[in-house]
Amino acid sequence: MSTQLINIQPMSQPVDIGDEVASFSSEVEAEIDSHLAKYPVMRSAILPLMFIVQRERGYLDAPGVAYLAKRLHLRITDIWEVATFYSMLNTTPVGKYHIQVCKTLSCKIMGEPGITEHVCGKLGIKPGETTADGRFTVSLVECLGSCGTAPMLQIGFDYHENLTPAKVDQILDALP
Amino acid sequence: MFIGAIGCEPLQLARVHLEHSHSLEVYQQHGGYASLRKVLTSMSPDDVISEVKKSALRGRGGAGFPTGMKWSFVPKDSPKPKYVVCNADESEPGTFKDRYLMERDPHLLIEGMLIAAYALGAKTNYIYTRGEYRYLIDIMDRALEEARAAGLLGAKILGTEFSSEVYTHTGAGAYICGEETALLSSLEGLRGHPRMKPPFPAVSGLYASPTVVNNVETLTAVPDIIRMGGEAYQRLGTEKSGGTKLWSVSGHVNRPGVYELPMGYDDMEKFIMEDCGGMLGGKQLKAVIPGGSSVYIMRADQIIGKDVRMDYEGLVAGGSSVGSGGFIVMNETVDIFESTKNLTEFYKHESCGWCTPCREGTDWLVKVFKRIANGGGRPEDVQLMLDLCDNIEGKSFCPLGDAASWPIQSAIKRFPEDFRKHLMVNGQN
Repeated sequence: MSTQLINIQPMSQPVDIGDEVASFSSEVEAEIDSHLAKYPVMRSAILPLMFIVQRERGYLDAPGVAYLAKRLHLRITDIWEVATFYSMLNTTPVGKYHIQVCKTLSCKIMGEPGITEHVCGKLGIKPGETTADGRFTVSLVECLGSCGTAPMLQIGFDYHENLTPAKVDQILDALP
Repeated sequence: MFIGAIGCEPLQLARVHLEHSHSLEVYQQHGGYASLRKVLTSMSPDDVISEVKKSALRGRGGAGFPTGMKWSFVPKDSPKPKYVVCNADESEPGTFKDRYLMERDPHLLIEGMLIAAYALGAKTNYIYTRGEYRYLIDIMDRALEEARAAGLLGAKILGTEFSSEVYTHTGAGAYICGEETALLSSLEGLRGHPRMKPPFPAVSGLYASPTVVNNVETLTAVPDIIRMGGEAYQRLGTEKSGGTKLWSVSGHVNRPGVYELPMGYDDMEKFIMEDCGGMLGGKQLKAVIPGGSSVYIMRADQIIGKDVRMDYEGLVAGGSSVGSGGFIVMNETVDIFESTKNLTEFYKHESCGWCTPCREGTDWLVKVFKRIANGGGRPEDVQLMLDLCDNIEGKSFCPLGDAASWPIQSAIKRFPEDFRKHLMVNGQN
């Protein structure tokens, strides 16, 4: 079913769906159940569940997507259409540390260009790229709601605010 | 960063500086959940709606729709379940007030939601928080757990017959989900596309059931309205804009932060130059975007000496609007062409793609901005941008298209020299 639907996509993207379905530990399954219990309609849990799959597997890979379809009783395309809409859901691998620099107006006028330049220079990559060792991905993102403490960046889910190049060094050097 | 009230006693920010302000214990020590108790033991749902109407509270998310009226649209006789959904998808550039309300005073939000749930007869309620605010979802989950354990949430709240649950829900990075119908689509597990109105969510919202969607700041105003009475709350502000408003101040001021001001605060110049500590580095004020990126940009000479009152009517008279209260201050070093390009890139990225005017229009606008920025500006480009805006504004499916057009239209009108300058580089104008 899934392979056929992918093949007739107007914007043809070669996707190897495979037959593998991801599996998770009983703790993770319990966490998933706790989200499903919040809603009268299973599909409502799609975003919380996607974050769990992404956390466990690094990104929404084909087995992870197949798992979500099966768990939520949806089609593969139902999962993909949601996964491709939201900017925080990764359908391709990202680095262990996803550094997201806010580029919107308040951060822009308070020094974002210098921060971006510093981060990229330090890691030797451009925005949108991942370091060769797979540790870091740098992205420029839209407003993260830290305008009063600009400039800022987010690593994973952690906010780092009131940045200076020296502070960026401290933060990056302290990562395990 | 400053957090506090100016020109009034703090209401929503009353507890933010207390140690462990996020805990149930501290919240209750400072009067927390007294309003919920009052509502459940001595008021009917209609009494609650009536108090909120008297308060002249208007939706703080940006649209400014009267909250009591919104609540009264929910049909009483509907056999369907009803829902209260808190819009915590705070994504409007320049806005960060909801973040601190939830971080410092999560129980205030829970109490406000439960009062709304009682007024509307909702048994299940959701807090839709933007995905980037994961740490706030954790704070809210812990607060909900505390409230549940204390009998303030769940079955038979405070020993009464009223039962209601509140759950957190996460977004995943989409500005459009701050639009209430798109938020409901997202909460149902779909792409965050807005829906046709009518039917309005009050009649057919979440799972096609009656639903009220309110911003965090709106719901957190409710406990104080119940405590002090709707009329007393209204009198803190003006006749049509009741109570207090949170302003998220960012940009080139000495003291950015979240400011709670009485509605009708007088005036904007004093607010910037005194309350916010004046201009950073002593530079000249050039422009202010007073209500989040979507509102009209104001020139310094529309503010200095102009006595702009800070409320819904005052800001319209002053040439802009309250919006979400995201107050971005810019000094003389900012090129308004560049700042407008930055915001247009934001709207292009965040357009959901559902309707053609917004999806294509914002993309073309960014293309024109980039061409001009790269030295390829033509004399007719300003008119081209205005034409593109005209084809988006009022013609898109939801307000995102308008929100993308207004910053450009107002910037071109009020800072024509900043646009002309880029065209002159080419020697063509």
